Amino acid sequence: MYTQALNVKDTALPAADPQREARFQARIDAEEKIEPNDWMPDGYRQTLVRQIAQHAHSEIVGMHPEGNWITRAPSLKRKVALLAKVQDEGGHGLYLYSAAETLGVSREELVEQLLDGRQKYSSIFNYPTMTWADVGVIGWLVDGAAIMNQIPLCRCSFGPYARAMIRICKEESFHQRQGYEIMVALCRDGTPAQKAMAQDALNRWWWPVLMMFGPSDQDSQHTDKSMRWKIKRFTNDELRRKFVDATVPQGRYLGLTFPDPDLKFDETTGHWAFGAIDWSEFRRVVSGDGPCNRQRLRQRKRAHERGAWVRAAVLAHAAKRRAREQAAAGVAAE
Amino acid sequence: METPLFTYTLRLADNALILGHRLSEWVGHAPVPEEDLALANMGLDLIGQARALYTYAGEVEGRGRDEDALAYLREVGGYRNVLLVEQPNGDFAHTIVRQLLFAAFAHPFFEALARAQDATLAAVAAKAVKELAYHLRHSAEWTIRLGDGTPESHRRTQTALDDLWAFTGELFETDQVERALIDRGIAVDPAALRTRFERRLDEVLAEATLARPAGGFTQSGGRAGRHSEHLGYILSELQYLQRAYPGAKW
Ligand SMILES: [Fe+2]
Ligand SMILES: [Fe+2]
Repeated sequence: MYTQALNVKDTALPAADPQREARFQARIDAEEKIEPNDWMPDGYRQTLVRQIAQHAHSEIVGMHPEGNWITRAPSLKRKVALLAKVQDEGGHGLYLYSAAETLGVSREELVEQLLDGRQKYSSIFNYPTMTWADVGVIGWLVDGAAIMNQIPLCRCSFGPYARAMIRICKEESFHQRQGYEIMVALCRDGTPAQKAMAQDALNRWWWPVLMMFGPSDQDSQHTDKSMRWKIKRFTNDELRRKFVDATVPQGRYLGLTFPDPDLKFDETTGHWAFGAIDWSEFRRVVSGDGPCNRQRLRQRKRAHERGAWVRAAVLAHAAKRRAREQAAAGVAAE
Repeated sequence: METPLFTYTLRLADNALILGHRLSEWVGHAPVPEEDLALANMGLDLIGQARALYTYAGEVEGRGRDEDALAYLREVGGYRNVLLVEQPNGDFAHTIVRQLLFAAFAHPFFEALARAQDATLAAVAAKAVKELAYHLRHSAEWTIRLGDGTPESHRRTQTALDDLWAFTGELFETDQVERALIDRGIAVDPAALRTRFERRLDEVLAEATLARPAGGFTQSGGRAGRHSEHLGYILSELQYLQRAYPGAKW
Protein backbone atom coordinates (compact mmCIF):
# COMPACT_ATOMS: atom_id res chain seq x y z
CA MET A 1 0.00 0.00 0.00
CA TYR A 2 1.00 3.65 0.11
CA THR A 3 1.88 2.59 3.66
CA GLN A 4 4.09 -0.38 2.89
CA ALA A 5 6.58 1.29 5.27
CA LEU A 6 4.67 -0.40 8.04
CA ASN A 7 6.42 -3.57 7.00
CA VAL A 8 9.96 -2.35 7.64
CA LYS A 9 11.90 -2.95 10.88
CA ASP A 10 12.37 -0.13 13.40
CA THR A 11 15.80 1.15 14.32
CA ALA A 12 16.86 0.94 17.97
CA LEU A 13 14.66 2.89 20.35
CA PRO A 14 15.65 4.65 23.59
CA ALA A 15 14.75 3.22 26.99
CA ALA A 16 11.04 2.89 27.61
CA ASP A 17 9.02 4.86 30.15
CA PRO A 18 6.44 2.28 31.22
CA GLN A 19 4.19 4.62 33.21
CA ARG A 20 3.84 7.22 30.52
CA GLU A 21 3.43 4.52 27.92
CA ALA A 22 0.62 2.98 29.93
CA ARG A 23 -1.15 6.34 30.16
CA PHE A 24 -0.61 6.86 26.45
CA GLN A 25 -2.01 3.44 25.63
CA ALA A 26 -5.03 4.13 27.84
CA ARG A 27 -5.79 7.26 25.84
CA ILE A 28 -5.55 5.30 22.60
CA ASP A 29 -7.76 2.56 23.97
CA ALA A 30 -10.31 5.22 24.87
CA GLU A 31 -10.21 6.36 21.19
CA GLU A 32 -8.75 9.75 22.12
CA LYS A 33 -6.84 11.52 19.37
CA ILE A 34 -3.13 12.10 19.95
CA GLU A 35 -2.07 15.62 18.96
CA PRO A 36 1.44 16.78 17.97
CA ASN A 37 2.27 18.38 21.34
CA ASP A 38 1.14 15.39 23.39
CA TRP A 39 3.71 13.00 24.82
CA MET A 40 4.13 9.91 22.64
CA PRO A 41 6.54 6.95 22.60
CA ASP A 42 9.43 7.34 20.19
CA GLY A 43 8.35 4.20 18.38
CA TYR A 44 4.91 5.70 17.75
CA ARG A 45 6.48 8.87 16.41
CA GLN A 46 8.92 6.94 14.22
CA THR A 47 6.24 4.72 12.81
CA LEU A 48 4.04 7.66 11.95
CA VAL A 49 6.81 9.73 10.39
CA ARG A 50 7.78 6.78 8.24
CA GLN A 51 4.21 6.00 7.24
CA ILE A 52 3.07 9.57 6.57
CA ALA A 53 6.28 10.37 4.67
CA GLN A 54 5.93 7.29 2.53
CA HIS A 55 2.32 8.18 1.89
CA ALA A 56 3.32 11.72 0.88
CA HIS A 57 6.12 10.44 -1.37
CA SER A 58 3.67 8.04 -3.00
CA GLU A 59 1.33 10.88 -3.88
CA ILE A 60 4.17 12.87 -5.41
CA VAL A 61 5.81 10.00 -7.32
CA GLY A 62 2.33 8.82 -8.28
CA MET A 63 1.96 11.97 -10.39
CA HIS A 64 4.38 10.49 -12.94
CA PRO A 65 2.67 7.37 -14.30
CA GLU A 66 -0.60 9.18 -14.90
CA GLY A 67 1.02 12.49 -15.75
CA ASN A 68 2.53 10.51 -18.60
CA TRP A 69 -0.90 10.64 -20.33
CA ILE A 70 -2.00 14.23 -19.71
CA THR A 71 -0.73 15.49 -23.05
CA ARG A 72 -2.24 12.50 -24.88
CA ALA A 73 -5.65 12.26 -23.21
CA PRO A 74 -8.20 11.36 -25.89
CA SER A 75 -10.76 14.14 -25.36
CA LEU A 76 -10.81 17.56 -23.74
CA LYS A 77 -13.11 16.29 -21.03
CA ARG A 78 -10.69 13.47 -20.16
CA LYS A 79 -7.73 15.81 -20.37
CA VAL A 80 -9.23 18.22 -17.85
CA ALA A 81 -10.25 15.38 -15.53
CA LEU A 82 -6.81 13.78 -15.63
CA LEU A 83 -4.98 17.06 -15.16
CA ALA A 84 -7.19 17.84 -12.17
CA LYS A 85 -6.65 14.36 -10.77
CA VAL A 86 -2.87 14.54 -10.97
CA GLN A 87 -3.08 17.99 -9.43
CA ASP A 88 -5.11 16.53 -6.56
CA GLU A 89 -2.41 13.93 -5.95
CA GLY A 90 0.21 16.68 -5.72
CA GLY A 91 -2.05 18.47 -3.25
CA HIS A 92 -2.34 15.28 -1.18
CA GLY A 93 1.44 15.06 -1.12
CA LEU A 94 1.81 18.61 0.21
CA TYR A 95 -0.94 18.13 2.74
CA LEU A 96 0.69 14.96 4.05
CA TYR A 97 4.13 16.55 4.23
CA SER A 98 2.54 19.17 6.49
CA ALA A 99 1.03 16.43 8.65
CA ALA A 100 4.48 14.81 8.95
CA GLU A 101 6.01 18.18 9.84
CA THR A 102 3.83 18.31 12.96
CA LEU A 103 5.99 15.42 14.21
CA GLY A 104 9.17 17.46 14.01
CA VAL A 105 10.66 16.62 10.61
CA SER A 106 10.88 19.08 7.74
CA ARG A 107 9.62 18.49 4.22
CA GLU A 108 13.15 19.14 2.93
CA GLU A 109 14.54 16.31 5.07
CA LEU A 110 11.83 13.96 3.89
CA VAL A 111 12.31 14.82 0.23
CA GLU A 112 16.03 14.29 0.63
CA GLN A 113 15.38 10.86 2.10
CA LEU A 114 13.14 10.00 -0.83
CA LEU A 115 15.73 11.11 -3.36
CA ASP A 116 18.62 9.23 -1.75
CA GLY A 117 16.52 6.08 -1.38
CA ARG A 118 16.29 5.97 2.41
CA GLN A 119 12.51 6.33 2.29
CA LYS A 120 10.20 4.46 -0.06
CA TYR A 121 7.05 5.20 -2.00
CA SER A 122 4.37 2.76 -3.02
CA SER A 123 5.79 0.14 -5.36
CA ILE A 124 2.72 0.29 -7.58
CA PHE A 125 4.16 3.42 -9.19
CA ASN A 126 7.13 1.44 -10.43
CA TYR A 127 4.98 -0.02 -13.20
CA PRO A 128 4.66 1.75 -16.54
CA THR A 129 1.50 3.28 -18.05
CA MET A 130 1.65 1.86 -21.54
CA THR A 131 -1.77 2.78 -22.92
CA TRP A 132 -4.70 5.07 -22.15
CA ALA A 133 -6.51 2.14 -20.50
CA ASP A 134 -3.81 2.17 -17.82
CA VAL A 135 -5.16 5.55 -16.73
CA GLY A 136 -8.59 3.99 -16.29
CA VAL A 137 -7.21 0.98 -14.43
CA ILE A 138 -5.13 3.15 -12.10
CA GLY A 139 -8.16 5.21 -11.13
CA TRP A 140 -10.37 2.17 -10.73
CA LEU A 141 -7.94 -0.17 -8.98
CA VAL A 142 -5.02 1.82 -7.57
CA ASP A 143 -7.19 4.62 -6.18
CA GLY A 144 -9.69 1.92 -5.23
CA ALA A 145 -7.08 0.01 -3.23
CA ALA A 146 -5.83 3.24 -1.68
CA ILE A 147 -9.33 4.05 -0.46
CA MET A 148 -9.72 0.59 1.03
CA ASN A 149 -6.57 1.22 3.04
CA GLN A 150 -7.23 4.85 3.86
CA ILE A 151 -10.84 4.78 5.03
CA PRO A 152 -9.75 3.09 8.29
CA LEU A 153 -6.91 5.64 8.56
CA CYS A 154 -9.56 8.35 8.93
CA ARG A 155 -9.90 6.92 12.46
CA CYS A 156 -6.13 6.73 13.01
CA SER A 157 -5.11 7.68 16.57
CA PHE A 158 -2.87 10.53 15.40
CA GLY A 159 -5.11 13.57 14.89
CA PRO A 160 -3.36 15.38 12.02
CA TYR A 161 -3.05 12.19 9.96
CA ALA A 162 -6.67 11.20 10.59
CA ARG A 163 -7.89 14.64 9.54
CA ALA A 164 -5.72 14.64 6.42
CA MET A 165 -7.14 11.25 5.49
CA ILE A 166 -10.74 12.41 5.77
CA ARG A 167 -10.13 15.12 3.23
CA ILE A 168 -7.99 12.95 0.97
CA CYS A 169 -10.43 10.02 0.95
CA LYS A 170 -13.17 12.20 -0.50
CA GLU A 171 -10.98 13.04 -3.46
CA GLU A 172 -9.70 9.48 -3.86
CA SER A 173 -13.21 8.13 -4.16
CA PHE A 174 -13.92 10.71 -6.83
CA HIS A 175 -10.78 9.51 -8.66
CA GLN A 176 -11.92 5.93 -8.33
CA ARG A 177 -15.31 6.69 -9.89
CA GLN A 178 -13.65 8.66 -12.64
CA GLY A 179 -11.30 5.76 -13.41
CA TYR A 180 -14.15 3.30 -13.49
CA GLU A 181 -16.03 5.58 -15.82
CA ILE A 182 -13.06 5.46 -18.23
CA MET A 183 -13.27 1.67 -18.04
CA VAL A 184 -17.01 1.71 -18.78
CA ALA A 185 -16.38 3.87 -21.85
CA LEU A 186 -13.73 1.44 -23.08
CA CYS A 187 -15.44 -1.83 -22.20
CA ARG A 188 -19.18 -1.32 -22.48
CA ASP A 189 -19.42 1.51 -24.97
CA GLY A 190 -16.10 1.04 -26.77
CA THR A 191 -14.88 -0.74 -29.90
CA PRO A 192 -13.29 -4.22 -29.74
CA ALA A 193 -9.87 -2.55 -29.92
CA GLN A 194 -10.71 -0.37 -26.90
CA LYS A 195 -11.97 -3.33 -24.95
CA ALA A 196 -8.79 -5.26 -25.75
CA MET A 197 -6.78 -2.29 -24.51
CA ALA A 198 -8.72 -2.41 -21.23
CA GLN A 199 -8.26 -6.15 -20.83
CA ASP A 200 -4.53 -5.85 -21.45
CA ALA A 201 -4.26 -3.13 -18.80
CA LEU A 202 -6.14 -5.25 -16.26
CA ASN A 203 -3.85 -8.19 -17.03
CA ARG A 204 -0.77 -6.11 -16.27
CA TRP A 205 -2.06 -4.28 -13.18
CA TRP A 206 -4.15 -6.84 -11.29
CA TRP A 207 -1.41 -8.66 -9.41
CA PRO A 208 0.67 -5.57 -8.60
CA VAL A 209 -2.50 -3.95 -7.22
CA LEU A 210 -3.12 -6.91 -4.92
CA MET A 211 0.46 -6.55 -3.73
CA MET A 212 -0.27 -2.95 -2.72
CA PHE A 213 -1.79 -4.24 0.52
CA GLY A 214 1.60 -5.54 1.58
CA PRO A 215 2.89 -8.96 2.66
CA SER A 216 0.42 -11.45 4.00
CA ASP A 217 -0.21 -11.25 7.74
CA GLN A 218 2.15 -14.00 8.81
CA ASP A 219 5.06 -12.13 7.14
CA SER A 220 4.23 -8.58 8.18
CA GLN A 221 6.54 -7.19 10.86
CA HIS A 222 4.61 -4.23 12.17
CA THR A 223 1.00 -5.17 12.20
CA ASP A 224 0.73 -6.01 15.93
CA LYS A 225 2.15 -2.77 17.30
CA SER A 226 0.43 -0.58 14.72
CA MET A 227 -2.88 -2.23 15.53
CA ARG A 228 -2.35 -1.66 19.26
CA TRP A 229 -1.58 2.00 18.58
CA LYS A 230 -4.60 2.23 16.31
CA ILE A 231 -2.53 3.46 13.42
CA LYS A 232 -3.71 0.40 11.58
CA ARG A 233 -7.16 -1.06 12.10
CA PHE A 234 -7.21 -4.02 9.74
CA THR A 235 -4.50 -6.44 8.69
CA ASN A 236 -3.08 -6.54 5.17
CA ASP A 237 -4.94 -9.72 4.34
CA GLU A 238 -8.25 -8.41 5.65
CA LEU A 239 -7.97 -5.29 3.51
CA ARG A 240 -6.90 -7.29 0.47
CA ARG A 241 -9.87 -9.60 0.83
CA LYS A 242 -12.29 -6.67 1.17
CA PHE A 243 -10.80 -5.14 -1.95
CA VAL A 244 -11.13 -8.31 -4.02
CA ASP A 245 -14.72 -8.76 -2.87
CA ALA A 246 -15.60 -5.22 -3.89
CA THR A 247 -13.71 -5.26 -7.17
CA VAL A 248 -14.49 -8.58 -8.83
CA PRO A 249 -18.17 -7.78 -9.46
CA GLN A 250 -17.13 -4.42 -10.96
CA GLY A 251 -14.74 -6.15 -13.35
CA ARG A 252 -17.40 -8.66 -14.34
CA TYR A 253 -19.86 -5.86 -15.08
CA LEU A 254 -17.23 -4.51 -17.48
CA GLY A 255 -17.02 -7.93 -19.13
CA LEU A 256 -13.33 -8.27 -18.26
CA THR A 257 -11.54 -11.43 -17.19
CA PHE A 258 -9.23 -11.31 -14.17
CA PRO A 259 -5.84 -12.89 -14.90
CA ASP A 260 -6.25 -15.46 -12.14
CA PRO A 261 -7.52 -18.96 -13.01
CA ASP A 262 -8.09 -19.67 -9.30
CA LEU A 263 -10.45 -16.75 -8.75
CA LYS A 264 -13.86 -18.10 -7.72
CA PHE A 265 -16.68 -17.26 -5.36
CA ASP A 266 -16.62 -19.39 -2.23
CA GLU A 267 -20.22 -20.03 -1.13
CA THR A 268 -19.20 -21.17 2.35
CA THR A 269 -17.17 -18.07 3.28
CA GLY A 270 -19.11 -15.60 1.13
CA HIS A 271 -15.83 -14.23 -0.24
CA TRP A 272 -13.97 -14.41 -3.52
CA ALA A 273 -11.06 -16.82 -3.25
CA PHE A 274 -8.00 -15.88 -5.28
CA GLY A 275 -4.75 -17.51 -6.35
CA ALA A 276 -1.31 -17.29 -4.77
CA ILE A 277 0.48 -13.94 -5.04
CA ASP A 278 4.02 -14.03 -6.43
CA TRP A 279 5.79 -12.42 -3.48
CA SER A 280 9.16 -12.71 -5.18
CA GLU A 281 8.00 -10.08 -7.68
CA PHE A 282 6.85 -7.86 -4.81
CA ARG A 283 10.22 -8.14 -3.05
CA ARG A 284 12.06 -7.51 -6.29
CA VAL A 285 10.12 -4.30 -7.01
CA VAL A 286 10.32 -3.05 -3.41
CA SER A 287 14.06 -3.59 -3.40
CA GLY A 288 14.55 -1.47 -6.52
CA ASP A 289 14.31 -3.74 -9.55
CA GLY A 290 10.80 -2.99 -10.77
CA PRO A 291 10.31 -1.84 -14.37
CA CYS A 292 10.36 1.89 -13.51
CA ASN A 293 12.12 2.29 -10.13
CA ARG A 294 15.14 4.00 -11.60
CA GLN A 295 13.08 6.07 -14.01
CA ARG A 296 10.73 7.39 -11.31
CA LEU A 297 13.52 8.37 -8.96
CA ARG A 298 15.40 9.99 -11.83
CA GLN A 299 12.25 11.99 -12.72
CA ARG A 300 12.01 13.24 -9.14
CA LYS A 301 15.72 14.03 -8.94
CA ARG A 302 15.70 15.84 -12.25
CA ALA A 303 12.74 18.02 -11.23
CA HIS A 304 14.49 18.74 -7.94
CA GLU A 305 17.85 19.56 -9.53
CA ARG A 306 16.32 21.67 -12.28
CA GLY A 307 14.45 23.59 -9.62
CA ALA A 308 17.57 24.38 -7.62
CA TRP A 309 18.20 27.77 -9.26
CA VAL A 310 14.53 28.69 -8.80
CA ARG A 311 14.58 27.87 -5.10
CA ALA A 312 17.83 29.79 -4.71
CA ALA A 313 16.20 32.79 -6.40
CA VAL A 314 13.24 32.65 -4.03
CA LEU A 315 15.55 32.76 -1.02
CA ALA A 316 17.73 35.49 -2.47
CA HIS A 317 14.74 37.62 -3.35
CA ALA A 318 13.18 37.20 0.08
CA ALA A 319 16.47 38.21 1.71
CA LYS A 320 16.73 41.32 -0.47
CA ARG A 321 13.17 42.24 0.40
CA ARG A 322 13.79 41.86 4.12
CA ALA A 323 16.94 43.94 3.90
CA ARG A 324 15.10 46.71 2.03
CA GLU A 325 12.24 46.67 4.55
CA GLN A 326 14.66 46.85 7.45
CA ALA A 327 16.55 49.71 5.82
CA ALA A 328 13.28 51.55 5.25
CA ALA A 329 12.19 50.93 8.87
CA GLY A 330 15.61 52.15 10.07
CA VAL A 331 15.27 55.36 8.11
CA ALA A 332 11.75 55.89 9.40
CA ALA A 333 12.91 55.40 13.00
CA GLU A 334 15.60 58.08 12.74
CA MET B 1 -16.49 29.32 -46.20
CA GLU B 2 -15.62 30.34 -42.64
CA THR B 3 -17.56 33.21 -41.12
CA PRO B 4 -15.55 35.88 -39.31
CA LEU B 5 -17.20 34.98 -36.00
CA PHE B 6 -16.20 31.33 -36.40
CA THR B 7 -12.59 32.22 -37.19
CA TYR B 8 -12.42 34.74 -34.36
CA THR B 9 -13.78 32.28 -31.81
CA LEU B 10 -11.47 29.57 -33.05
CA ARG B 11 -8.44 31.82 -32.64
CA LEU B 12 -9.33 32.51 -29.02
CA ALA B 13 -10.00 28.82 -28.39
CA ASP B 14 -6.73 27.72 -29.98
CA ASN B 15 -4.73 30.23 -27.93
CA ALA B 16 -6.27 28.85 -24.76
CA LEU B 17 -5.88 25.18 -25.65
CA ILE B 18 -2.28 25.37 -26.82
CA LEU B 19 -1.10 27.43 -23.87
CA GLY B 20 -3.06 25.19 -21.51
CA HIS B 21 -1.46 22.14 -23.11
CA ARG B 22 1.99 23.64 -22.69
CA LEU B 23 1.37 24.31 -19.00
CA SER B 24 0.06 20.78 -18.52
CA GLU B 25 3.43 19.48 -19.76
CA TRP B 26 4.97 20.78 -16.53
CA VAL B 27 2.92 18.72 -14.14
CA GLY B 28 5.23 16.49 -12.12
CA HIS B 29 8.33 18.36 -13.30
CA ALA B 30 7.97 21.76 -11.64
CA PRO B 31 10.78 23.29 -9.51
CA VAL B 32 8.65 23.06 -6.35
CA PRO B 33 5.50 20.98 -5.82
CA GLU B 34 3.47 24.14 -5.20
CA GLU B 35 4.22 25.10 -8.80
CA ASP B 36 3.04 21.71 -10.09
CA LEU B 37 -0.28 22.72 -8.60
CA ALA B 38 -0.23 26.33 -9.78
CA LEU B 39 0.76 25.50 -13.35
CA ALA B 40 -1.91 22.79 -13.46
CA ASN B 41 -4.42 25.32 -12.18
CA MET B 42 -3.66 27.78 -14.94
CA GLY B 43 -3.70 24.94 -17.49
CA LEU B 44 -7.13 23.89 -16.25
CA ASP B 45 -8.44 27.45 -16.54
CA LEU B 46 -7.20 27.75 -20.10
CA ILE B 47 -8.43 24.37 -21.30
CA GLY B 48 -11.77 25.15 -19.68
CA GLN B 49 -11.94 28.39 -21.68
CA ALA B 50 -10.98 26.49 -24.82
CA ARG B 51 -13.80 24.00 -24.34
CA ALA B 52 -16.44 26.71 -24.02
CA LEU B 53 -15.04 28.53 -27.05
CA TYR B 54 -14.80 25.41 -29.24
CA THR B 55 -18.36 24.47 -28.39
CA TYR B 56 -19.49 27.93 -29.41
CA ALA B 57 -17.39 27.88 -32.57
CA GLY B 58 -19.03 24.59 -33.51
CA GLU B 59 -22.48 26.10 -33.02
CA VAL B 60 -21.58 29.18 -35.02
CA GLU B 61 -20.28 26.99 -37.82
CA GLY B 62 -23.38 24.79 -37.78
CA ARG B 63 -21.76 21.73 -39.29
CA GLY B 64 -22.04 19.53 -36.23
CA ARG B 65 -18.42 19.78 -35.06
CA ASP B 66 -18.08 19.59 -31.28
CA GLU B 67 -15.16 20.64 -29.04
CA ASP B 68 -13.25 17.44 -29.72
CA ALA B 69 -13.74 17.51 -33.48
CA LEU B 70 -12.26 21.00 -33.49
CA ALA B 71 -9.41 20.25 -31.09
CA TYR B 72 -8.43 16.78 -32.26
CA LEU B 73 -9.17 16.67 -35.97
CA ARG B 74 -7.61 19.78 -37.45
CA GLU B 75 -4.16 19.88 -39.01
CA VAL B 76 -1.40 22.29 -38.06
CA GLY B 77 -2.42 24.74 -40.78
CA GLY B 78 -5.97 24.81 -39.46
CA TYR B 79 -4.86 26.00 -36.04
CA ARG B 80 -5.18 29.77 -35.48
CA ASN B 81 -3.33 30.43 -32.24
CA VAL B 82 -0.67 33.11 -31.92
CA LEU B 83 2.92 31.87 -32.09
CA LEU B 84 3.65 32.93 -28.51
CA VAL B 85 1.56 30.18 -26.93
CA GLU B 86 3.15 27.34 -28.88
CA GLN B 87 6.70 28.29 -27.87
CA PRO B 88 8.35 25.50 -25.85
CA ASN B 89 8.29 25.59 -22.06
CA GLY B 90 12.07 26.00 -21.91
CA ASP B 91 13.25 26.55 -18.37
CA PHE B 92 10.91 27.82 -15.66
CA ALA B 93 11.82 31.41 -16.54
CA HIS B 94 10.64 30.94 -20.14
CA THR B 95 7.34 29.49 -18.97
CA ILE B 96 6.78 32.29 -16.49
CA VAL B 97 7.67 35.04 -18.94
CA ARG B 98 5.47 33.49 -21.64
CA GLN B 99 2.60 33.43 -19.13
CA LEU B 100 3.27 37.02 -18.10
CA LEU B 101 3.28 38.27 -21.69
CA PHE B 102 0.11 36.38 -22.54
CA ALA B 103 -1.75 37.34 -19.37
CA ALA B 104 -0.73 40.99 -19.54
CA PHE B 105 -2.46 41.02 -22.91
CA ALA B 106 -5.33 38.61 -22.26
CA HIS B 107 -6.49 40.14 -18.98
CA PRO B 108 -7.44 43.55 -20.43
CA PHE B 109 -8.55 41.77 -23.60
CA PHE B 110 -11.14 39.66 -21.77
CA GLU B 111 -12.22 42.66 -19.73
CA ALA B 112 -13.10 44.39 -22.99
CA LEU B 113 -14.63 41.27 -24.56
CA ALA B 114 -16.87 40.83 -21.52
CA ARG B 115 -18.50 44.14 -22.47
CA ALA B 116 -18.78 43.32 -26.19
CA GLN B 117 -21.94 42.60 -28.19
CA ASP B 118 -21.81 38.81 -28.51
CA ALA B 119 -23.50 37.37 -25.42
CA THR B 120 -21.72 34.01 -25.50
CA LEU B 121 -18.25 35.45 -26.00
CA ALA B 122 -18.99 38.03 -23.32
CA ALA B 123 -19.99 35.30 -20.86
CA VAL B 124 -16.85 33.26 -21.55
CA ALA B 125 -14.78 36.43 -21.19
CA ALA B 126 -16.42 37.40 -17.90
CA LYS B 127 -15.24 34.11 -16.39
CA ALA B 128 -11.85 34.22 -18.09
CA VAL B 129 -11.07 37.70 -16.83
CA LYS B 130 -11.03 36.46 -13.23
CA GLU B 131 -8.80 33.55 -14.18
CA LEU B 132 -6.42 35.73 -16.15
CA ALA B 133 -6.17 38.16 -13.24
CA TYR B 134 -4.70 35.30 -11.24
CA HIS B 135 -2.39 34.22 -14.09
CA LEU B 136 -1.14 37.77 -14.37
CA ARG B 137 -0.58 38.15 -10.64
CA HIS B 138 1.13 34.78 -10.34
CA SER B 139 3.45 35.25 -13.32
CA ALA B 140 4.23 38.84 -12.30
CA GLU B 141 5.21 37.74 -8.79
CA TRP B 142 7.45 35.04 -10.17
CA THR B 143 9.01 37.36 -12.73
CA ILE B 144 9.90 39.75 -9.91
CA ARG B 145 11.30 36.96 -7.72
CA LEU B 146 13.38 35.53 -10.55
CA GLY B 147 14.47 38.83 -12.05
CA ASP B 148 15.48 40.25 -8.68
CA GLY B 149 16.78 36.96 -7.26
CA THR B 150 20.25 35.58 -7.96
CA PRO B 151 22.52 36.55 -10.87
CA GLU B 152 21.64 33.23 -12.52
CA SER B 153 17.88 33.66 -12.18
CA HIS B 154 18.20 37.23 -13.45
CA ARG B 155 20.17 36.11 -16.50
CA ARG B 156 17.72 33.30 -17.28
CA THR B 157 14.70 35.57 -16.98
CA GLN B 158 16.22 38.31 -19.13
CA THR B 159 17.08 35.68 -21.75
CA ALA B 160 13.49 34.41 -21.71
CA LEU B 161 12.20 37.93 -22.19
CA ASP B 162 14.61 38.54 -25.07
CA ASP B 163 13.65 35.22 -26.69
CA LEU B 164 9.90 35.73 -26.42
CA TRP B 165 9.59 39.44 -27.05
CA ALA B 166 9.36 39.07 -30.82
CA PHE B 167 6.09 37.15 -30.41
CA THR B 168 4.25 39.91 -28.54
CA GLY B 169 3.54 42.03 -31.63
CA GLU B 170 1.21 39.40 -33.05
CA LEU B 171 -1.08 39.78 -30.04
CA PHE B 172 -2.00 43.28 -31.24
CA GLU B 173 -2.45 42.59 -34.95
CA THR B 174 -5.81 42.75 -36.65
CA ASP B 175 -6.86 41.51 -40.08
CA GLN B 176 -10.02 41.81 -42.18
CA VAL B 177 -11.73 39.03 -40.23
CA GLU B 178 -11.47 41.06 -37.08
CA ARG B 179 -12.03 44.51 -38.58
CA ALA B 180 -15.58 43.57 -39.60
CA LEU B 181 -16.32 42.22 -36.10
CA ILE B 182 -14.71 45.20 -34.35
CA ASP B 183 -16.90 47.56 -36.38
CA ARG B 184 -19.98 45.66 -35.18
CA GLY B 185 -18.84 45.78 -31.55
CA ILE B 186 -18.38 42.00 -31.37
CA ALA B 187 -14.60 41.78 -31.34
CA VAL B 188 -12.12 43.75 -29.28
CA ASP B 189 -9.69 46.09 -30.99
CA PRO B 190 -6.38 44.88 -29.54
CA ALA B 191 -4.50 48.00 -30.61
CA ALA B 192 -6.47 49.86 -27.95
CA LEU B 193 -5.01 47.59 -25.28
CA ARG B 194 -1.39 48.14 -26.11
CA THR B 195 -0.75 51.02 -23.72
CA ARG B 196 -2.20 49.12 -20.80
CA PHE B 197 -0.17 46.05 -21.72
CA GLU B 198 3.05 48.03 -21.84
CA ARG B 199 2.35 49.96 -18.69
CA ARG B 200 1.60 46.83 -16.67
CA LEU B 201 4.62 45.07 -18.11
CA ASP B 202 6.93 47.99 -17.40
CA GLU B 203 5.83 48.06 -13.77
CA VAL B 204 6.65 44.38 -13.37
CA LEU B 205 9.94 44.57 -15.26
CA ALA B 206 11.07 47.58 -13.25
CA GLU B 207 10.50 45.74 -10.00
CA ALA B 208 12.16 42.66 -11.47
CA THR B 209 15.19 44.75 -12.56
CA LEU B 210 14.69 43.46 -16.11
CA ALA B 211 14.99 45.44 -19.32
CA ARG B 212 12.19 45.49 -21.89
CA PRO B 213 13.75 44.54 -25.23
CA ALA B 214 13.78 47.30 -27.82
CA GLY B 215 11.22 47.00 -30.66
CA GLY B 216 12.65 44.61 -33.20
CA PHE B 217 10.95 42.48 -35.81
CA THR B 218 7.60 40.89 -34.95
CA GLN B 219 7.14 37.20 -35.63
CA SER B 220 3.60 36.47 -36.69
CA GLY B 221 1.42 34.23 -38.85
CA GLY B 222 -0.09 31.83 -36.35
CA ARG B 223 -3.53 33.42 -36.56
CA ALA B 224 -3.53 32.74 -40.30
CA GLY B 225 -2.33 29.15 -39.85
CA ARG B 226 1.41 29.69 -40.45
CA HIS B 227 3.11 28.12 -37.46
CA SER B 228 6.49 27.29 -35.99
CA GLU B 229 7.86 23.75 -36.05
CA HIS B 230 6.67 23.26 -32.48
CA LEU B 231 2.94 23.04 -33.10
CA GLY B 232 3.18 19.84 -35.13
CA TYR B 233 4.70 18.03 -32.16
CA ILE B 234 2.08 19.39 -29.80
CA LEU B 235 -0.68 18.15 -32.08
CA SER B 236 0.86 14.76 -32.68
CA GLU B 237 0.71 14.12 -28.93
CA LEU B 238 -2.59 15.84 -28.34
CA GLN B 239 -4.35 14.12 -31.23
CA TYR B 240 -2.67 10.73 -31.10
CA LEU B 241 -5.56 8.59 -29.82
CA GLN B 242 -8.22 10.29 -31.94
CA ARG B 243 -6.08 9.75 -35.03
CA ALA B 244 -5.11 6.17 -34.17
CA TYR B 245 -8.68 5.05 -33.43
CA PRO B 246 -10.88 7.03 -35.84
CA GLY B 247 -14.44 7.45 -34.62
CA ALA B 248 -13.86 5.83 -31.22
CA LYS B 249 -15.51 7.39 -28.16
CA TRP B 250 -13.50 7.70 -24.96
FE1 LIG C 1 -3.94 10.81 -3.63
FE1 LIG D 1 -6.06 9.55 -6.20
